[in-house]
Amino acid sequence: MDDDAVFKALADSSRRLLLDLLFERDGRTLTELDAELEMTRFGVMKHLKVLEEAGLVVSRKQGREKLHFLNPVPIRQIHDRWIDKYTEQRVSALLDLKNELEETA
Amino acid sequence: MSTTTRTNTTVQVYQLFIGATPEQIWDAITKPEFTVQYFHGVHIEFTPEERLSRYQDGSEGRQSVAEWRPPHRLVHEWLSDYDPELAAEEPSRVTWEIEAQEDGVSKLTVTHDQLEGAPKTAASVSGEGWMGVLSGLKTLVETGKPLGR
Repeated sequence: MDDDAVFKALADSSRRLLLDLLFERDGRTLTELDAELEMTRFGVMKHLKVLEEAGLVVSRKQGREKLHFLNPVPIRQIHDRWIDKYTEQRVSALLDLKNELEETA
Repeated sequence: MSTTTRTNTTVQVYQLFIGATPEQIWDAITKPEFTVQYFHGVHIEFTPEERLSRYQDGSEGRQSVAEWRPPHRLVHEWLSDYDPELAAEEPSRVTWEIEAQEDGVSKLTVTHDQLEGAPKTAASVSGEGWMGVLSGLKTLVETGKPLGR
């Protein structure tokens, strides 16, 4: 996974909105997504392309339609790689503080 | 927007990159000595016709294989026979697609669909369910060790 591509894709409110829309109802066409955003069809297409390149959206051809699906795996990987690491440290720092306070008490 | 529950999960797509060849990933999906290490301790054995799950309590489940194209495409029926409530629902379908990328990396896409008649199964495998299994598979294939050990 390319972390840069994922962070870059997430650093835009329209793209985050597109992910939220797919989270709410997966497997939508460009036309369906376009109807939810105050943006040109071309703009939505461009944002979907960035999301696809980051692996956050996977598209599937179904008949004549191209459906877009949310792929939650890269976000989970970002979580494992970044969030877990720092929250764990925070907790262990608090535990250190507790031990220190209890020792001096 | 702060939607926390997914309303439509009748098609679920999970995609990840794994530092291994398609053959290695295929083996990890289809051979019980691998699946037992990441698929909730279940021995899953595939033949071109059938997916046989042997659970820790000695019970078994059998589902049909619809497509068998090693090491790139595997389609099989899914029935959550590990849970009586879920097993009472209609069967759904799981598709595994493995594509070789550059530098010894492969792209694995898992699509779980035809879940219209199995809403409880859909909710149960959604998100953490499949992602837990797939992270375990990735770790096992890349490091030779099960996740978190």
